[in-house]
Amino acid sequence: MDKDMYILGIETSCDETAASVVKNGHEIVSNVVASQIQSQQRFGGVVPEIASRHHVEQITLVIEEALAEANLAPSDLDAVAVTEGPGLVGALLIGINAAKAFAFANGLPIVGVHHIAGHIYANQLMQPMEFPLLALIVSGGHTELVLMEKHGSFKLIGETRDDAAGEAYDKVARVLGLPYPGGPHIDKLALESDEAVDFPRAWLEPDSYDFSFSGLKSAVINYKHNIEQKGGEVNPSHVAAGFQQSVVDVLTEKTSRAAKEYGVKQVIAAGGVAANKGLRASLDAVFEKEGLPFYVPPISLCTDNAAMIAAAGTSMFVSGKRGTMEMNGRPGMELVSWND
Amino acid sequence: MIWLGIDTANMPLSVAIVKDGTILAEVNSSMAVNHSLRAMPVIEELFATVQLQPKDIDAIAVSEGPGSYTGVRIGVTIAKTLAWTLKKPLFGVSSLKVLAANAVYFDGLICPIVDARRNNVYAGVYEFVDGGLTAIAEDGHFAIENLLDVLASKERPVLFVGKDVAMHEELMKERLKENAVIAPFPLQLPRASSLIFIAQQSGQEENTHAFTPEYRRIAEAEANWLMQQRKDQDNE
Ligand SMILES: [Zn+2]
Repeated sequence: MDKDMYILGIETSCDETAASVVKNGHEIVSNVVASQIQSQQRFGGVVPEIASRHHVEQITLVIEEALAEANLAPSDLDAVAVTEGPGLVGALLIGINAAKAFAFANGLPIVGVHHIAGHIYANQLMQPMEFPLLALIVSGGHTELVLMEKHGSFKLIGETRDDAAGEAYDKVARVLGLPYPGGPHIDKLALESDEAVDFPRAWLEPDSYDFSFSGLKSAVINYKHNIEQKGGEVNPSHVAAGFQQSVVDVLTEKTSRAAKEYGVKQVIAAGGVAANKGLRASLDAVFEKEGLPFYVPPISLCTDNAAMIAAAGTSMFVSGKRGTMEMNGRPGMELVSWND
Repeated sequence: MIWLGIDTANMPLSVAIVKDGTILAEVNSSMAVNHSLRAMPVIEELFATVQLQPKDIDAIAVSEGPGSYTGVRIGVTIAKTLAWTLKKPLFGVSSLKVLAANAVYFDGLICPIVDARRNNVYAGVYEFVDGGLTAIAEDGHFAIENLLDVLASKERPVLFVGKDVAMHEELMKERLKENAVIAPFPLQLPRASSLIFIAQQSGQEENTHAFTPEYRRIAEAEANWLMQQRKDQDNE
């Protein structure tokens, strides 16, 4: 790159309204996130209609702040990158239409980014990616193992057959009476606990990299029922620790096995659940033993943000990808390579 | 003064560019196509047609609802973003008032209607007074039967406007008898030029960042939550 490249990223796929400017695809110049957690907490989860209402309220403010923090005018930008999917369709549409209007008004090209590509590229903001690379994506909506042989090339080698890991965390947290979002609470209880209930691990077929968490969730519910039926009381810390151990064991084992089979040079974790301390410690330990570089971005880049969208968007933009004014929200969008 | 007007509050789409009281171009359509697919392309086309750049406009008017939640949000998001980044004033106008503007000069009450499912409608009651539209009642979300009872009690001719009127035509005639007047089809779609006209006549400039749709209904989850709060309070 001769000249510095500045890309504005916009992300509204769930309950964070976010905008960011990233320089040359790897340097965060500004990163603004308006969270709705406080508003959504009273519903015990994200209500799509409420999320969309918040996005409309926040969108121009958040973009303005991202530009102000970066000390840049729209004319200094090279393109606008926006999350096209997957996600809540009504929420996606706010970011997409703001991105289109902004791009049109300022004569800028637009790029539609896959949310998971964004999560993976969050790592590019910390250290350069080295290929082949294995990415473990764990969030409220996703549990996937993706192999990348070069920039913009994705091969899905494993995914969840039922609940996403984050979804399982939220459901188990509800069973234990913990507030939403449940992941961090379970993580905390599990780390403090001196004892763990023994729950099953879903390994599936011996050679499979797929995941399944619904059986584990049922096991937790059954365990609680059994104890309560006998008039006993459940110790939430022991349940949290047992549940977390089961999830972490499976995620770590399969990631480590895939890393070996595909001979990767780098392993990265991405998504909201990647911020989980128990998971991080377990993956750290395994890959340190195996001598493989393993990275997880800091929490602010694990949870939904627009810097990751700008980072992935820059790689797409450099590859010549362009969106149009007809861009629509794609709630079920699949991760496709932009560089085959 | 060059104005851009955008209405995506319901299934119809209307975009207009008006210069010094003349419509340079206007696109009206009513198709079951997602506004996210159509709105920006139509806006882009319109600017090309009239050979203007986005920065050439002086003000933006948008239909603020009520209507389809997603539809209103698409128009409002586009209008807000354009107004903010181009540093132009933004004017929000009731989607129902825009429909009512199709029927100015009618001697009687004007009732714009948008269907809201399960025998509910979004509706307003307007009257053409001294060359302008006056709201007789606040726009709202009503059970069609209740709305018609109130209108019948006025004992005046009522002109029903909007493409969803046909769905309730029978009931209107049954309740209001000969006082029920149904607007003909050329008057059924909202027109962005009318939207601009209303904004020019009586519009209040909005605070662009804070501007949000007029939903005229709280979200279902919020209504349930409020109900639960009240129940909990009663039980305490
Ligand atoms: Zn995410």
